[in-house]
Amino acid sequence: MLKILNLESGYGKLRVLKGVSLHVSPGEIVTIIGANGAGKSTLLNTISGLIRPMSGEIVFDDKQTGGLGVERIVGLGCTLVPERRQIFNTLSVKDNLVLGGYLRWSKQGAEAKQDLDYIMGLFPILKEREKQLAGTLSGGEQQMLALGRALMTKPKILMMDEPSLGIAPIIVKEIFRSLTKLREGGLTVLLVEQNARASLGIADRGYVIETGNIILEGTSEELLNNQDVQRAYLGKDYERINE
Amino acid sequence: MESNIVLQYILSGITQGSIYAIVAIGFNIIYNTTGIINFAQGEFLVLGSMIAISLASFLPLALAVLIACLATTLVGAALELVFIRGLKKWSPVRVVTLFLLIFIIPFRSGLFDGFPFLANMVFCVLIAAPIAAGIEFLFKRFVKSTSNVLRMIIITIGISILMREVMLHVWDEKNRALPFFTGNEVSSIDIFGAMISPQVLWVLGVSAVIVVGLNLFFKFTLIGKAMLACSDNKTAASLCGINVKWMVTLSFMISAGIGALAGCVTSPLTQTQYNMGSTLAIKGFAVAVLGGLGNSTGAVVAGLMLGVLEAFAISIMPNAYIEAISIVILLVILFFKPSGLFGSAEASRLKEF
Repeated sequence: MLKILNLESGYGKLRVLKGVSLHVSPGEIVTIIGANGAGKSTLLNTISGLIRPMSGEIVFDDKQTGGLGVERIVGLGCTLVPERRQIFNTLSVKDNLVLGGYLRWSKQGAEAKQDLDYIMGLFPILKEREKQLAGTLSGGEQQMLALGRALMTKPKILMMDEPSLGIAPIIVKEIFRSLTKLREGGLTVLLVEQNARASLGIADRGYVIETGNIILEGTSEELLNNQDVQRAYLGKDYERINE
Repeated sequence: MESNIVLQYILSGITQGSIYAIVAIGFNIIYNTTGIINFAQGEFLVLGSMIAISLASFLPLALAVLIACLATTLVGAALELVFIRGLKKWSPVRVVTLFLLIFIIPFRSGLFDGFPFLANMVFCVLIAAPIAAGIEFLFKRFVKSTSNVLRMIIITIGISILMREVMLHVWDEKNRALPFFTGNEVSSIDIFGAMISPQVLWVLGVSAVIVVGLNLFFKFTLIGKAMLACSDNKTAASLCGINVKWMVTLSFMISAGIGALAGCVTSPLTQTQYNMGSTLAIKGFAVAVLGGLGNSTGAVVAGLMLGVLEAFAISIMPNAYIEAISIVILLVILFFKPSGLFGSAEASRLKEF
């Protein structure tokens, strides 16, 4: 579904990604873990079209999407839930969701209406607060709203950038649970997280990224049992590993 | 002061104030989607009424106004495409525009008049082409980013000067006016002892329709909401599939269109001259800041305040000082409450301007 080959990208003259290759198959949840500044967000921003790639290939659904505009890529079915949520603070909760379906109302209005109801059912709190300004929601509710807004674009692949950032653990759990539920409905997910334990918990496979390079890949189980991953990202005690 | 004179002042203040309010709303629409203050807003009013005046000589008035508004809307779109969006990219349209503007100078000044016509043309092309190409080259070489709001604001000042000069060429410097929409110069309506022209009612009515219409547009249409989304968070808007660039173009079109409409309804009262745009822009800007940038309801209240204030000032101050009132208000507001009377101080702290 999504294939990335030797991708290089960055800001201005600064090269952050130094030749990243990865793939995501339909129906998978794939996670990318790595420390601050490793290039996780840069990777997602480049795939979604917010940043132009310097070189390399991004193939989504057999189409080259590298260098296309964001709104074209969203139209093809590849949507990002950006870091720090980025909801429309000054608009109502409902308008946020409605705008998520911006490209669909004219052609598939009935279907979009159904999706709107489905999302409000998935996160009942959004239904409860549909008239409230989105900026007045709590962090967790905002993250649900951001996820809901992205789902309104009817993505084939959903990319999430640090959904757990600054959110109560219980809500992180709820959001991750909804991701597994959505995957059962056929959604493909590419998840970027610092909270490696939580994301490996729901993912099928994972990649470890360090200073712009993929240094490790494998199934979630393999990564959870990998000593380097345990030491660097799961915070396990060094001595206990070496027992 | 007698009560009917007071009423007379108030009514003329409200008329003038609603014009300011419409100019300010034009500022707000563009500011809301881009963060740019478009100082060519006043020129849109002048351009709209000039086109309508020319058309009205052989078309019915309503049709002339309609076409003038549509034409100005297109000019707004073209200006945005060439000067704002196309800032970084190579733009053939801009090169041709530059070329024609430079070409006119030696051609009209008769620099090569002694030569045959064809040679004259060739010489002018030889002068204009490299200059136009050079300006374009410098443009591309030194303009690094389109995201710099301040630079774009300065560009809109350039656009306003350009429009003013082009209008001077096309329509000369004479005062012109559209015919009164109903009645004529001397017909008047008695409102509680104050006499007003029926055109005043047209101005008030059209202003009200514009304000209400825009409110409905932003509240209830998908495109309107998408424009608000662009002003709230451009990145997020594009992640919803909204084409932010076209929304910016659209905001220029809407504010050019309503500017032209306002120019047409006020033309019979105030007359139209090629250079009155800058005064309107300054007053409109003062009103927009007073009401809180981006806040259209604030703009209406602030516009009416300034209008009435100026009307009463005429009775106690020399005429020459009237123009200074708006500047004084602008300075006072910028010093003491830069978020405006109705803007949220919290929101304005987060903005660049």
